[in-house]
Amino acid sequence: MVARLRELSYAQAIQEAMALAMEADERVFLMGEDIGVYGGAFQVTGDLVNRFGEERVMDTPISELGGAGVAVGAAVTGMRPIFEFQFSDFATLAMEQIVNQAAKMRFMLGGAVSVPVVMRFPAGSGTGAAAQHSQSLEAWLGHVPGLKVIQPATPHDAKGMLLAAIEDPDPVMIFEHKLLYKMKGSVPEGHYTVPIGKAEIRREGRYLTVVATSIMVHKALEAAKALEGEGIDVEVVDLRTVRPMDRETVIDSVKKTSRLLTVYEGVKTLGIGAEVSAMIAESDAFDFLDAPIVRLGGAETPIPYNPELERATVPQVPDIVAAARDLVRGAR
Amino acid sequence: MATRASAGAAEAGANLPFLYRHHDKDALKEALYKMHLIRLFEEGAEESYMRGLIHGTMHLSIGQEASAVGICLPLTDDDQITSTHRGHGHSIAKGADVARMFAEFFGKTTGYCRGRGGSMHIADVSKGNLGANGIVGGGIPIAVGAALSAKQLKNCKVVVCFFGDGANNEGAFHEALNMAAIWKLPVVFVCENNQYGMSTSAERSTAVKDIAERAAAYSMPGVIVNGNVLSDVAEASHQAVQRARAGEGPTLIESKTYRYRGHSKSDRNRYRTKDEIEDWMTNRDPIALYEAELKALGIFGQDEIDVVRAAAAKEIAAGIEFAKESPSPETTDLEQYVYTEPA
Ligand SMILES: Cc1ncc(C[n+]2csc(CCOP(=O)(O)OP(=O)(O)O)c2C)c(N)n1
Ligand SMILES: [Mg+2]
Repeated sequence: MVARLRELSYAQAIQEAMALAMEADERVFLMGEDIGVYGGAFQVTGDLVNRFGEERVMDTPISELGGAGVAVGAAVTGMRPIFEFQFSDFATLAMEQIVNQAAKMRFMLGGAVSVPVVMRFPAGSGTGAAAQHSQSLEAWLGHVPGLKVIQPATPHDAKGMLLAAIEDPDPVMIFEHKLLYKMKGSVPEGHYTVPIGKAEIRREGRYLTVVATSIMVHKALEAAKALEGEGIDVEVVDLRTVRPMDRETVIDSVKKTSRLLTVYEGVKTLGIGAEVSAMIAESDAFDFLDAPIVRLGGAETPIPYNPELERATVPQVPDIVAAARDLVRGAR
Repeated sequence: MATRASAGAAEAGANLPFLYRHHDKDALKEALYKMHLIRLFEEGAEESYMRGLIHGTMHLSIGQEASAVGICLPLTDDDQITSTHRGHGHSIAKGADVARMFAEFFGKTTGYCRGRGGSMHIADVSKGNLGANGIVGGGIPIAVGAALSAKQLKNCKVVVCFFGDGANNEGAFHEALNMAAIWKLPVVFVCENNQYGMSTSAERSTAVKDIAERAAAYSMPGVIVNGNVLSDVAEASHQAVQRARAGEGPTLIESKTYRYRGHSKSDRNRYRTKDEIEDWMTNRDPIALYEAELKALGIFGQDEIDVVRAAAAKEIAAGIEFAKESPSPETTDLEQYVYTEPA
């Protein structure tokens, strides 16, 4: 039986996934700041508190370190908490519990426990919220063995990957770009999962592979469309998972196109693009390259408040178009 | 800023509230002016936002003017403050120029942060304001660090650390208060308890009834004041600042107040009632209370009050014009200020 599709926003898709999981499994519950009657800073939990009550949709005090730790403790002892950070930037307050505890507990205890916690992080720039509310820190967490880190780019994947995350026995960190929350897309009804660790080819092309994450997938698709008229045929790979990264899909794509451009919002240096590039450089795809690899990432600066500066800090469609054109036309 | 009462005003009556015993007419007028300036600044910011002149978000402190002004009253220009995401009032109370504040809001190079910080990061370091903060509780340890400098440099500065009721549940609050106490630092912790951290009431988030109780855990005085009564706030601040300056260590003041507007622009106020908001606005408005007192004591008449308000309105209008006409930063300067430029 094929599930019926409807148009849902990215935020609605996440909410639906949480509701389905809570209906199906009593151990699943939500924690976070202002996720109850307020509905969450970005209205992702919406009115779930009315459906599931305050015991399962818990407003925490403003205590990120403690709150994240409580979620870890509950996960280790039989519950399935989903912890919402109000902004991904506040992961910095909870790094101790995320990095030292959640990520390592199973390992340090020789496999005696697992930590099935899900943490959700509204991330990214573009809202005029300045340096402490606009960061893209997924590469930070991607650096930690023991964590899984995902960045769904569509409503369909947001729901399916969140359901996969909830069912995953290990800690899964979900980075949700704030500008995607209102984006609509078709989402199947009912339960389904989208696997963690699998990239998705969003558009097939012959001359260039663009590996993009999160909102950059949409910008890359837009750029690819703009380049059609010039005869530049671009393949767009949505990485979807930062850790564990899907080597196969990316390597196969680059072998086919012989060129690689990576596009991501986090700061360029030591970011996701560096890892993807190194993956190609270390693989047999290296021999297929017809041009140097190019990375487009965030500028080496905190996110500024001024809107023009803010836009200039992260890759935009014209930047992708220009980089892709140079790569394919051989200007590089 | 803080002026000692002239003999005339001071001896008039021992039963007068603190404010009127310790401050002369000019200082009282200055305080009133600043309270109006804060409210009109917030209204001007709100309107500019509605008209699409400002992007991002903002946290307005309408209703909390007496708290900001009363706390800053005993401070000198050399004393320092750390502020919060709801920091416009603190900034103005500490002597900032509203034109440069608006310019920051408008993202202009003439703004206090040259357009890089916006509403949540407004600072005026020249007047001792070390900055608003986007991180709840983020400024609390920084204030303690500033007080440590003051102690080590022996410069007699006092640091006031503003934060909200929500912030008192962050670990940083507890760690910072403990250090301030063990090292007897010249810092005054001011919790502006407006009853909610975003949608979550202090009652639901905080184990103690009064946040001032938490002072006991760190062996410092905990003082509760009516944050909407200027004189009460000023008196508590005066005592705490004196204690800090005398090297006797920190104080925790809990200033009970209320914010009229939503938490930020996206708040639908579903966690509190219209009646509750109405009640505070009509019965406990800090500006109305202060003006009533000034009139009852025969210090100013309505006409003088109107003149003060009109002057503040004029300064606000000029500030918005200044901001509109100021230049935006160049995108070629994107990486400026990330590191200290070589001299
Ligand atoms: C560490 C951190 N957690 C959460 C937030 C989001 N946030 C901003 S203000 C706020 C409420 C703060 O409440 P309170 O301290 O009482 O200050 P008020 O807004 O009432 O002035 C929250 C949850 C934040 N900015 N920083
Ligand atoms: Mg509050």
